Amino acid sequence: MSGLSLTYAALFYLASAIFVVGLALKIGGYLRTPAPLKIPTTPAPTTTTGVALRMTREVVLFESLFKSSKWTWIFGWMFHGALLLVLLRHLRYFQQPVWPPVVFVQFFGIYAGFAMVAGLAGLWARRFLVDRVRYISTPSDHLHLALLIAIGLSGLSMRFVAHTDVVALKAFMLGLMRLDVQPLPTDPLLLLHLGLVALLMIVFPISKLMHAPGLFFSPTRNQADTSREARHIAAWAAALEKK
Amino acid sequence: MATAAFETPKLKPYPVIPLVAEGAMAHSKPYVASPAIQTNIGFPGELTEGWEQRAVAKMGELLGKYRSLRVYMDACVHCGACSDKCHYFLGTGDPKNMPVARQDLMRGVYRRYFTFAGKHFPKLVGAVDMTKDVLDDWWRYYNQCSECRRCSVFCPYGIDTAEVTMAAREIMDSVGLGQKYANEIIGKVHRIGNNLGIPEPALADTLLGLEEDTKEETGIDVRFPLDIEGAEVLVVTPSADFFSEPHVESLIGYAKVFHAAGISWTLSSKASEAGNFGLFIGNYEQMRNISLRVKEAALALGVKRIVIGECGHAWRVAYSFWNTLIGPFDWLDPRYPVPQHICEFTHDLIQRGALQFDKDKNNDRIVTFHDSCNVARASRMGSMPGGQFVIPREIIKAVANRFHDMAPGTIHEATFCCGGGGGLLTDDLLELRVKGALPRMEALKHVVDEHGVNFMATICAICKAQFSKVLPYYGFDMSMVGGVHQLVGKAIRLGTPH
Repeated sequence: MSGLSLTYAALFYLASAIFVVGLALKIGGYLRTPAPLKIPTTPAPTTTTGVALRMTREVVLFESLFKSSKWTWIFGWMFHGALLLVLLRHLRYFQQPVWPPVVFVQFFGIYAGFAMVAGLAGLWARRFLVDRVRYISTPSDHLHLALLIAIGLSGLSMRFVAHTDVVALKAFMLGLMRLDVQPLPTDPLLLLHLGLVALLMIVFPISKLMHAPGLFFSPTRNQADTSREARHIAAWAAALEKK
Repeated sequence: MATAAFETPKLKPYPVIPLVAEGAMAHSKPYVASPAIQTNIGFPGELTEGWEQRAVAKMGELLGKYRSLRVYMDACVHCGACSDKCHYFLGTGDPKNMPVARQDLMRGVYRRYFTFAGKHFPKLVGAVDMTKDVLDDWWRYYNQCSECRRCSVFCPYGIDTAEVTMAAREIMDSVGLGQKYANEIIGKVHRIGNNLGIPEPALADTLLGLEEDTKEETGIDVRFPLDIEGAEVLVVTPSADFFSEPHVESLIGYAKVFHAAGISWTLSSKASEAGNFGLFIGNYEQMRNISLRVKEAALALGVKRIVIGECGHAWRVAYSFWNTLIGPFDWLDPRYPVPQHICEFTHDLIQRGALQFDKDKNNDRIVTFHDSCNVARASRMGSMPGGQFVIPREIIKAVANRFHDMAPGTIHEATFCCGGGGGLLTDDLLELRVKGALPRMEALKHVVDEHGVNFMATICAICKAQFSKVLPYYGFDMSMVGGVHQLVGKAIRLGTPH
């Protein structure tokens, strides 16, 4: 077994561990922290079903962003939708046999790669072209976009320019899942692609990528408007009543 | 009050997003509360050595107490969706008045002390130490947010800058840096019972005067009862309703509604204030203690219902927080919502046919309605989501013949703040208030030109006071603003004089 394969195997175990543990710690923190007051942005649904629908619209359609900025919405939604298809397409590297829905999505996933990069490019362009967005953009914002675009472009290159040995790659990935390290193809593009993906997983829990789980814990979106009907008291606030 | 000269923004025919003008409002700061004001309400008197560590410790405490703050510190991706949504940015162009940049003032400190990336790569993620310079920026720009929540409507993650501003003010108060206007008022409400500092005898005298005025106007004995035990309804209203124009016109309107409906009611000298500035400074205990006065007054008077007058943030606290802060209300009449908004109360009577109106009495007015931010985005009326938009408009249409809404995108949940909410209604922030009113003034100008609107009804004491002050800066008459119950009071039929 080559040192390279072992290094990448170690990298992926480490990245996965950081991703899972980091995310769990962050989400655990959100769960442990109470929301002591009812603060849904109104008009808000008055039932749990209504809240589920509101959250679904936010997650699937980016409803609030749509109200806010059509350009950001177009690029943002294009990127996220395409990313989903691309991720689904990549599931084939982790399954044997491959699920029929994943087989079905293969064709769309290929071209979604272009949509993904286009969306990212649009989002990045806003950071230069819109003076307000330029003002708020930090090095980290640019690097996140650079990282995602580099992942997208390296992936697309392997599909359309310089093919890699996907059969060996799949054997490597399936091996990782069985704790049995297999040889990894050594094309530089693949190594770059995988290295950047591992980096993305590592920075996820310590970066703004936390917006994804964060949305589900946002009290202005996930609370029902029932403040006159039900008390909503946090433990630390209840303690004040005993004074 | 001496304020440095400033230029009132020009009203444009259509809204224009300003270009970023760095530092445009860096000079805008409120007066600092004196040590006496601070200690009076339980905060340290002034900044003392080691405040930096105490501020960071307080931030840690709040991060553990408020999920909103914790999630909002992490979730922002700098997408810029909020960047053109704040009236203070639209009116000033100062980029630190973009909600995202305002939040980032705190996010920088949060990252530095509470995140891995900020501890180890501060430059990369914009993490900063808690220094006097940072605090100065907090002081400026967390006192340029009216906690109106307009940004939270448009944020894809629902990040609510009001939550961040409240936390920042709470942190600053906890290290001895408080805002004079808000904290002085909180002292007054505890000491005297209301924000204006009106003692009981003066209040009783005013109400007597109002009875005489109303008798003169209508020939009818409309009562303005104070501290009447056993009354059916306790009305808690902003103290501006007792003394300020045009606020008092709405108080007269409430009294006429109660008279016409034949429902006994009372005001309370102990709880002679609906406003709750504990909200503005983000202090849960203050908010609770100020709310408790109302509960104690209601219990002492033995009322069966509580109705809230025309006040935006008071309605937010009452509607959204009272049940949690001072509930449950099982000792009140369960057939009515607790608390009930005066508009819900009046609307309900209209629906049941209990009130009659002579709409022509308001024919001199072409009316529009300004949705107040806390009512629009932080509460509800009636049983349907959005009732807070429908009910006041239904009342207006029941009492006046001519009504025109302002442009979509400036009303309902997208309404613009008056420019004076959130504890900023003070003359030391006048420039901010005038400039922050720009988006609303542009929308108003449009219906004035288009439909000849000459009256902007609203249901918030702060909106009324703010507009009375800033309307003239934009060439409007200050008496263009008034309450919904001002219109109700004008048109209501009280029966034959005796």
